[in-house]
Amino acid sequence: MDKQLRIALAGNPNSGKTTLFNKLTGSNQFVGNWPGVTVEKKEGRLIVDKEVILTDLPGIYSLSPYTLEEVVARNYLIEEKPDAILNIVDATNLERNLYLTTQLTELGIPVVIALNMMDLVKKAGDSINVKELSRQLGCQIVEISALKGEGVTEAAKAAIEAAKHGKTIPQHSFSGPVEHALAHIEEVTVHNLPEEQQRWYAIKIFERDEKVLEQLKVPADVRAHIENDITAAEKELDDDAESIITNERYVYIGQMLKGIYKKKGKGQLSVSDKIDKIVTNRILALPIFALIMFLVYALSMGASITDGGISIGTFLTDWANDVLGGAWLTDGSRAILEGWNVAPWLVGLISDGIFAGVGAVLGFVPQMLVLFLMLCLLEDCGYMARIAFIMDRIFRKFGLSGKSFIPMLVGTGCGVPGVMATRTIENERDRRMTIMTTTFIPCGAKMPIIGLIAGALFGGSTWVATSAYFIGIAAIVISGIMLKKTKMFAGDPAPFVMELPAYHLPAWGNVLRGTWERGWSFIKRAGTVIVVSSIVIWFLTSFGSVNGQFGMVDDLYEDDSVVTDEYVAQVAERMGIPEDEVEPMDDSILARVAQPVSIVFKPLGFGDWKPTAATVTGLVAKEEVVANFGIMYAYDDQNGEEELEENGDQIWGRVAEDFNAFSGGHGRLAAYSFMIFNLLCAPCFAAIGAIKREMNSRKWTWFAIAYQCGFAWVTAFIVWQLGRIFVGGMNVIGLILALVMLALIGWQLFKPYKEAQKLTVQ
Amino acid sequence: MKTLRDVTVGETVKVVKLHGEGAVKRRIMDMGITKGVEVYVRKLAPLGDPVEVNVRNYELSLRKADAEMIEVE
Repeated sequence: MDKQLRIALAGNPNSGKTTLFNKLTGSNQFVGNWPGVTVEKKEGRLIVDKEVILTDLPGIYSLSPYTLEEVVARNYLIEEKPDAILNIVDATNLERNLYLTTQLTELGIPVVIALNMMDLVKKAGDSINVKELSRQLGCQIVEISALKGEGVTEAAKAAIEAAKHGKTIPQHSFSGPVEHALAHIEEVTVHNLPEEQQRWYAIKIFERDEKVLEQLKVPADVRAHIENDITAAEKELDDDAESIITNERYVYIGQMLKGIYKKKGKGQLSVSDKIDKIVTNRILALPIFALIMFLVYALSMGASITDGGISIGTFLTDWANDVLGGAWLTDGSRAILEGWNVAPWLVGLISDGIFAGVGAVLGFVPQMLVLFLMLCLLEDCGYMARIAFIMDRIFRKFGLSGKSFIPMLVGTGCGVPGVMATRTIENERDRRMTIMTTTFIPCGAKMPIIGLIAGALFGGSTWVATSAYFIGIAAIVISGIMLKKTKMFAGDPAPFVMELPAYHLPAWGNVLRGTWERGWSFIKRAGTVIVVSSIVIWFLTSFGSVNGQFGMVDDLYEDDSVVTDEYVAQVAERMGIPEDEVEPMDDSILARVAQPVSIVFKPLGFGDWKPTAATVTGLVAKEEVVANFGIMYAYDDQNGEEELEENGDQIWGRVAEDFNAFSGGHGRLAAYSFMIFNLLCAPCFAAIGAIKREMNSRKWTWFAIAYQCGFAWVTAFIVWQLGRIFVGGMNVIGLILALVMLALIGWQLFKPYKEAQKLTVQ
Repeated sequence: MKTLRDVTVGETVKVVKLHGEGAVKRRIMDMGITKGVEVYVRKLAPLGDPVEVNVRNYELSLRKADAEMIEVE
């Protein structure tokens, strides 16, 4: 059997690359990430020949060492040496697209060009002499229309043929002084590399490409020797080496196209230009932007169509949560398992642990699919780039991208799709920063916590909720400014020099596929995290040791020989509650662990086991915080009382009393501090799963969670300590520490910042 | 020295030289803004920054701070 052929698909962003890839591979695709980075990697088998693997390289404009996508692409091309490159070129944007082509032909890999959108060129009355272009570039050209699927098979066959027998020799040359230096470089440094790669390496050395110099480990004396040649060329041409090469490539392309590309109509506004005149108009841009954002939000996360809203996503999610997750999965599985006489603990594990967890995941899926559908639409039709254009001015100040607006807006509904919406941000640094800060915005599930605190201690005052949003936004701004100056974020430059692609009707195939890919990747990866952690939390709340016996606390409490009156008195004393309020949960592992752990929250004003346990269970889902308060404050919905309200208004009195008791009379401040911590600390497991998926790195996931928890702790600490100056009970040491923390934050905020120039990728 | 930043909307200018160094400069050049090319300044973003230009027959946006590196005539 022949060895398996590998073809790389390369091209500019917005050149129709994704469409072509989908047309060439159909459903034979595997989606993953390039190792260690957040850049997506797609591979597939060609429909025309299943033995051939097609790798979709990230969309790039050049093979420079400065952006992650470019480094990923060129490392693949140089190290993995695919058998051929299929280079998709947008015929309507020939000059800039061929700029990449001139670089690809230097790699010593056969190149076949798929000339896309020729139909549009012809429609505009222009003409391209394809034969002559092919001759001048030294590689075969196949005219295609990726959208209509025309010429696609021919392009694939040509690429396979080239992979087997083809050879591409770069036809363009640089000016005399450059070629002179290149010849020298080839002679002294790269002669022992594979012959076909020598030219590429020589050019990179001439450009003083740090990544190549590092990789080749050019000895210092040789470097000094070449440096003479480079500076000589630079002097003669009065520019730096990198610019000389770039310049000459474009000059060469311009010269070449003179006889090949004939333009008929000139200066006419295209449809896309007309649309853009309105959509990014100075006055209309912001209202239009607001309207589009409103629609995205209202359709996916807003009020359900049954509640007078227009959201199909929320409608389906409500159904999935209540009927599918709640009734069918949780209750249904319980009924079936109990019918089979399965041991009660196993029923609990499967129904309350696993299925409740799975249900929680499934519940998000409809909302997310609707949301991703709209994001894919915005991206595919070209509006997403305009969002960055419109919002850049505001967001770049705190190290974020203009596109960070969408994740944050979505995050007010739910952090999970918010985090996943970061995928539209190209720059890895901006993406990571957005992932880390998106969940600071209070999501829908945090509203009951705010409602509980506002109702129990602040008489239902609306400023509590308002302040929660302000705190969320302030947390994003402060974190953005602080983090962008840290070492972890300092490594990557973020040039905002962005193409604004022409608007076009969305390609439905791409949109639906993109929507499904994102939805499925969430179900798969986040799902596993949620299921495992749901089981752990279920175990911690259900099991414990009661009077020396270990088991399920609910069962053990049924047994009067274990739970003696004497024992109940002990528990009541340990927990500091009246005897008639002792609950099975007081003996759970969670309660036992929460008791000592609550020391961590002492300096924040709520170092009591109940808020501690509620905070921990909040990791499963933030709604659980109020539900757990219900359990812990012994609200009993079995005895004829109605079910606990979402914001827990039946237990407001008890909560207020308790907060006042353990905080020495400063219940309000303690409760506010508790709220701040819960708003800012690590999000629920579903969102953590999404963070892990999007970061594609264990280290970064842990860093994000640790940062969020740390930031939440420090903020609550400062509020509690400073607040006591006003309400009394000031602690001098605490106050000093709080002031020191404030000073450190201020220092990090105001210290000068310099944008990095070098990209650090392993 | 006149830079792309100083150009009023609707004007077409010719690039004379690129200043600065490193990632941003390379990126600007990679996107086709090189010596001698004509650049048409199409518009400003609603908040005043970045700018949108037409170069080599496509639309490109860049920040004013970066546009300052591009010397034009």
